[in-house]
Amino acid sequence: MFAELGAFSVMLALVLAVLQTGFSFGGTKRQGLAGAGEGAAIGSFLATALSFGLLIHAFIVSDFSVANVANNSHTAKPLLYKIAGAWGSHEGSILLWCLALTGYGAAVAVFGKGLPHSLKSRVLGVQGALGVLFLAYTVFASSPFARLVDAPVEGASLNPLLQDPALAVHPPFLYAGYVGFSVVFSFALAGLMEGRIDAAWARWVRPWTLAAWTLLTVGITLGSFWAYYELGWGGWWFWDPVENASFMPWLAGAALLHSAMVTEKRGALGGWTVFLALLAFTFSMLGAFLVRSGVLTSVHAFAVDPRRGVLLLTIMTLAAGSGFGLFAWRAPNLAKGGVFAPISRESAMVLNNILLTAATATVLFGTLFPLISEAMGGTAGVGMPYFNITFVPLMALTALVLPFGPLLAWKRGDVLGALQRLWIAAVIAAVLAVAALALVQPRHALACIGLALGGWLILGALAELAERTRAFRAPGPEVLRRLTGLPRGAWGMTLAHMGLGVFALGATFETAWKLEAAEVLGQGRSLDFGAYHLTLDSVGGAEGPNYLAERGVMTVTRGGRVVCRGEPERRFYPTGGQTTSEVAICARGLDQIYLVLGERRADAKGEPVWLVRAYYNPWVQLIFLGPLLMALGGLMSLSDRRLRLAVGRRREVAA
Amino acid sequence: MRFWPKSRKARQRLTILLAVAPVLALAAGLTLFGLRDSISFFYTPAQAAEAHVPPGRAVQLGGLVEMGSVRKFPDGGVSFRVTDRKASAPVLYRGDLPDLFREGQGVVAEGSFNSQGQFIAKRVLAKHDERYMPRDVAKALKAQGEWRGDGAAPPAYSAPSSK
Repeated sequence: MFAELGAFSVMLALVLAVLQTGFSFGGTKRQGLAGAGEGAAIGSFLATALSFGLLIHAFIVSDFSVANVANNSHTAKPLLYKIAGAWGSHEGSILLWCLALTGYGAAVAVFGKGLPHSLKSRVLGVQGALGVLFLAYTVFASSPFARLVDAPVEGASLNPLLQDPALAVHPPFLYAGYVGFSVVFSFALAGLMEGRIDAAWARWVRPWTLAAWTLLTVGITLGSFWAYYELGWGGWWFWDPVENASFMPWLAGAALLHSAMVTEKRGALGGWTVFLALLAFTFSMLGAFLVRSGVLTSVHAFAVDPRRGVLLLTIMTLAAGSGFGLFAWRAPNLAKGGVFAPISRESAMVLNNILLTAATATVLFGTLFPLISEAMGGTAGVGMPYFNITFVPLMALTALVLPFGPLLAWKRGDVLGALQRLWIAAVIAAVLAVAALALVQPRHALACIGLALGGWLILGALAELAERTRAFRAPGPEVLRRLTGLPRGAWGMTLAHMGLGVFALGATFETAWKLEAAEVLGQGRSLDFGAYHLTLDSVGGAEGPNYLAERGVMTVTRGGRVVCRGEPERRFYPTGGQTTSEVAICARGLDQIYLVLGERRADAKGEPVWLVRAYYNPWVQLIFLGPLLMALGGLMSLSDRRLRLAVGRRREVAA
Repeated sequence: MRFWPKSRKARQRLTILLAVAPVLALAAGLTLFGLRDSISFFYTPAQAAEAHVPPGRAVQLGGLVEMGSVRKFPDGGVSFRVTDRKASAPVLYRGDLPDLFREGQGVVAEGSFNSQGQFIAKRVLAKHDERYMPRDVAKALKAQGEWRGDGAAPPAYSAPSSK
C-alpha cells in the first residue's frame, strides 16, 4: 500500500509542478495567480518528499515486493545502508534529484520574499518546468515503486562497495550541489525573459551559486575520499568520466561565483555571467546523463541503464537547448556594464574566468573524446596523462595570478602596489621550493614548483588578510578590531583561497613522493617500503553482518619503532558473490600509511600467501582538508549578513 | 599607437581579446600535446594480430579471460589469455587483479606487446559492477558476432537471479 501511495505522490508532485509552471508564468502580472504558483511549488516539494520518505520506508522494512528494493537491498544489511540503498539505484537517485529540484523551488518560494514579483514568478516558472521534465521522467520511465508479481524472500543487496558511510552521504550532498545550479539556471532564464541582468540580479544569484558550489565541493570531496580508502588503489582522483562529470559543474560554478561578483559590484560581464549560469546546470545534467547512461566506460559508474540514457539526453537537450536559445536571442540586448582598466580587479576576475573556462573545456574534451573518436570511426580514449598535461598547467597559471586579484582595486588597480604587498609571500614560496628541491629525495623539480604555488596561494591569502587588518603596521588593538570587524564574505574568500593552496600542497606532495610496495607474503614475512618495514603477523577469519572476511594483522616499523598496527580485510559478500578490500589506514601527522590485504594464493610449497600492498602517502590529509576549507569558506560567505540584507535593500532601490 | 582604439569600450574589448587569445592557444596546444601523448587504441586479440601492433606501443587489449588460462605465480605475477573467440593473446601482469577479475569475464588490459608477442599489462580493468562488460569489448564482440548478451544489461524487474 505504501508503495502505491509513493507512486501516487510522485504523480501528484508532477501535476503540482505543471500547475506551478502555468500559474507562475501566468502570474507575472497577477499577484493571486503567482501566489498559487508558490503554493504549488511548496506542494510539489512536499509530495516528492513524501514519496522519497516512503521509498526509504520500503527499504527500511525490506519490502521486497517493490522491484527497486528487491534489486538493491537485503535483510542482513545494516540500517544505514538500507537507507542509503534508497539512492543507490537509478530510480532512487533520480527521485533524489527530483527531491532536490522541487526542494530548491520551494526554497525560492519561501525565502525569496525580497525578490521583485515578476522575477520571482518567472524563476518559479522555469524551476517548475525543470521539475515537470524530471518528474515526468520518474513517473513514466523510472518509477522506483514498481511492484514485483512474485516477491522474492531475499533481496539482491546493494553493491558492497557502496556500503560505506562516506558513500552513503555522498549522493545527497552531490545532488544537492548539482541541482542547486538549477536555481541559478532558472534565475538566468528569468533574467533573460525580463531583459534585466544587472547588479541586483547578480546579488540574488550569488547566494544560490554559493550554496550549490559549497555542497558540490563537499560531495566531490566525500566521493574522492571514498575512492581513496574503499577502492584500495591508493589513488584519490582518476580522471574517470564519472569524476569529471561532477568536476565540470564545480569548475563552471567556481567561475560563475567570480563573474557574478563583477556583475554585482560593477554591473559588468552580465551576459557572460548568464552564460556561465546556464552552463553550470547544463554540466550538472550532462553529469547525470553520463553517469546514468553508460555511454562512456567508467570505472565507477553504478546503476547504468543505456536505454533510459536516451531519455535523459532528450531532457538535457530540451532544457539546455531552450536555455541557450533564449540566451542567443536576448543576450545581445542586455545592457552593457561599467568600463574597467586592463589592470583592475575586474580584469583579474576575467582572467580567472578565462583560465577556469579553458580548463573546463579541456576536461570536457577529454571526457567526451572517446565519443568524438568513435564518431570519426576510431576507438581512442585519453587517460590520466592527458588530463595532467592539459589541466594542471592551466590551474598552475590560475594559482600564479590568483593572489593578485583581491589586492587590486575595482576599476583601476595597481600591480606594483600589489607586488609590494605580496613580495614576502613570493620570497617564502620560492624558498620553500628551493628547500624542497634540496632536501626531499628523490629530486622532483616540477613538484617543487607545485609546492611553491601551494605556498604562494596560502601566503597570498594571508597577505591580503594582513592588508585588510593593517597587521604589522597598525597597533595591536586596532588590528584585532579590524580582524573582528571583517565581513564574513572576506573570511570566506580567504578560507577558500587558502583551501586551494592547502589542496595544491597535498596533491603535489602526495603525487610526487608517495611510496608503494607490493609483494606476496606468507604469515610472519615482511617487506620494505622506503624506511618502513612491514610484517604480516597473521591472517585470520572474521565475520560481518552480511560478509565473511579474511583479516590480516600487520605491523609497520621504522627504525625498530612500531609506527602502525593495521588490520586490513578482504571481504566476501555471498549475496552478490563480490569481494572488496577494506584498507587499514594509520595517520601520521599529515601523512598516512595505507595497507591493503590482497587475494590469497599458494606458494611453491602449497603454503598460503597473500598479496600485500603498502603505501606511504605523504601529506595526503591535506588533499581532503583543502576542499573542506573551501567549503567552509563558502559557508562563511553564505552566512554573511550583507548577502541577505542586501536583497531587501536593493529591492527598494530597484522599485 | 594607431591600432589602439580610441573608445574605452573598444579598448576594453581588445584587452579581453588579448587575454583570451594566449590562454586559448595554450589550452589548445596542451590538448593537442596531451592527445599525442596518451591516445591508446583498443584492440581485441584478433584485431591486434591483424593490425600487427608494433611492440612497445601503448594500447588497450580487450576481450574475455580465457577459461582455464589464469596462472598465478608465487612472486605476484599473473598470466592469462585474453580471447575474442577468434584469436587469443597471452597477457603478463604483475600486481593485484581487480576484485571482479574472473575467467570468462570481460577485461581490458592496458600496456604493450613485447617482441615475443606477449602483452605486458600495466593495468587490468574489470569494473566493480558484477554486470560489467567493458563497452569496447561488448562492441567488438558484437561486431564479430560473438555477443552473448551479457554485460551491461539493464536491471531486470524479476526476482534476482542467483549469482
